[in-house]
Amino acid sequence: MTARRLAYRNSILWTAALVHRLSGLALAVFLPLHFLALGLAIRGEAQLESFLRWSDQPLVKLAESGLVFLLVVHMLGGLRLLLIENLDWRDGQKELAAAAAGISAVVALILLVRMS
Amino acid sequence: MNVRLYVWQRATAALMLPLVLLHVAVIFYATRRGMTAADILARTRGSIVWAALYGTFVVAAAIHAAIGVHNVLTEWSPLGERRASMFAMAFGATLLLLGLRAVAAVVL
Amino acid sequence: MSDARSELTVSLWRGAQQGRYQTYRVPLRENQTVLDVVTFVQRHLDPTLSYRFACRVGVCGSCAMTVNGRPRWTCRTHVSSVAKADRLEIGPLENLPVIKDLATDMRPFFDKWHQAKGAFVPSKTRHDAIDAIRPDSPARIAADAAIECINCGICYAACDTVRWNSDYLGPAALNRAWTLVNDARDAGNAQRLAAVAASGGCHACHSHQSCQELCPQALNPTASIAGLKRRTAVAYLKGEIKA
Repeated sequence: MTARRLAYRNSILWTAALVHRLSGLALAVFLPLHFLALGLAIRGEAQLESFLRWSDQPLVKLAESGLVFLLVVHMLGGLRLLLIENLDWRDGQKELAAAAAGISAVVALILLVRMS
Repeated sequence: MNVRLYVWQRATAALMLPLVLLHVAVIFYATRRGMTAADILARTRGSIVWAALYGTFVVAAAIHAAIGVHNVLTEWSPLGERRASMFAMAFGATLLLLGLRAVAAVVL
Repeated sequence: MSDARSELTVSLWRGAQQGRYQTYRVPLRENQTVLDVVTFVQRHLDPTLSYRFACRVGVCGSCAMTVNGRPRWTCRTHVSSVAKADRLEIGPLENLPVIKDLATDMRPFFDKWHQAKGAFVPSKTRHDAIDAIRPDSPARIAADAAIECINCGICYAACDTVRWNSDYLGPAALNRAWTLVNDARDAGNAQRLAAVAASGGCHACHSHQSCQELCPQALNPTASIAGLKRRTAVAYLKGEIKA
């Protein structure tokens, strides 16, 4: 009996939980690198400046937009959980999950456009 | 995951809600202006507010991410509870150290 | 030669934890439940097939199996609503040891019921006055919303957290604990909150809501578990639980 036989996973809420977990893991991997980059400023602004200029390339900008998506979707998904766990039950969880993904995508896209 | 880890993880999550919003706003501001390192550091150096906000963000993120990583490891990896806890604590300590160093780098 | 449209191709799990799907061809009828199909195979095609049922009318929960990837009551699942291109795949419930073919060992499910302190603890004797429990009190409304669980195991079979975390007590056990937490007559809440606040308790739930989506009684274990999270967090912050 294998996972592909489990049809109930074709569910937006299961996907939302997966997105929440994977975005968290991706952010956890990214964060040390982010801290190291900022830490370049210890040696004075020149090192940080050359890093910022390196990050001006289109692929890096795309990746940064992707990271903002991950951050916002993780936050909004987590907010949805905090609401489930601390307020009275409300239906419409699938719609809320979809809205979280949609808003995150819009924010990331707007950022990408601004950076181009 | 037990009630103690749960309370810490949810509390740091709630604390980070406004901090993430702030951070996204900062990102939007910085990218629009096409800021150089000098521009950024001119704003952050010597700022108590900056140090307090981002220092808090780092501490909360380190705790929150460590507990999250612990949960993923116990559910998705063959590591037992003990090894997963050790790895998660080491990861959290790393984030805390690197993060506070980064805050110091831009504030001091 | 038989008309292909009048036959159903059914794959049934044969074996125990190890085994394989075996295919049978069964007459396709107008009004037919999945349980009818399994029964036909056992009576007319293969008497060695093992499966469980009791009431056949959707009140006992014994006939729960995995049908085309979803755990369902087979007596209340019409073939026409689930068969794809006249094919069905039926296996035992997930997350439980398989005894034989379509029958699982429900003992881990009930052991966790006990671990979650899902049993009523009396607070009075026959010599005491009877408690007046108002049906419209908030606690009773909360308990009543979750009380109709008949332990069929579908939520437990559907839960990924059960699959990933062998300590996790599961939606049914926690849902039952929630009904007792809201029962004004119960005297066991100190132990019960401690039991569901431990590792593998309510805090392991990720709110996937597979339990709520698939419960044939339209119960919402996710909501019950959220209630337990609130109660245990408050108790912990007050120092009533050590963790």
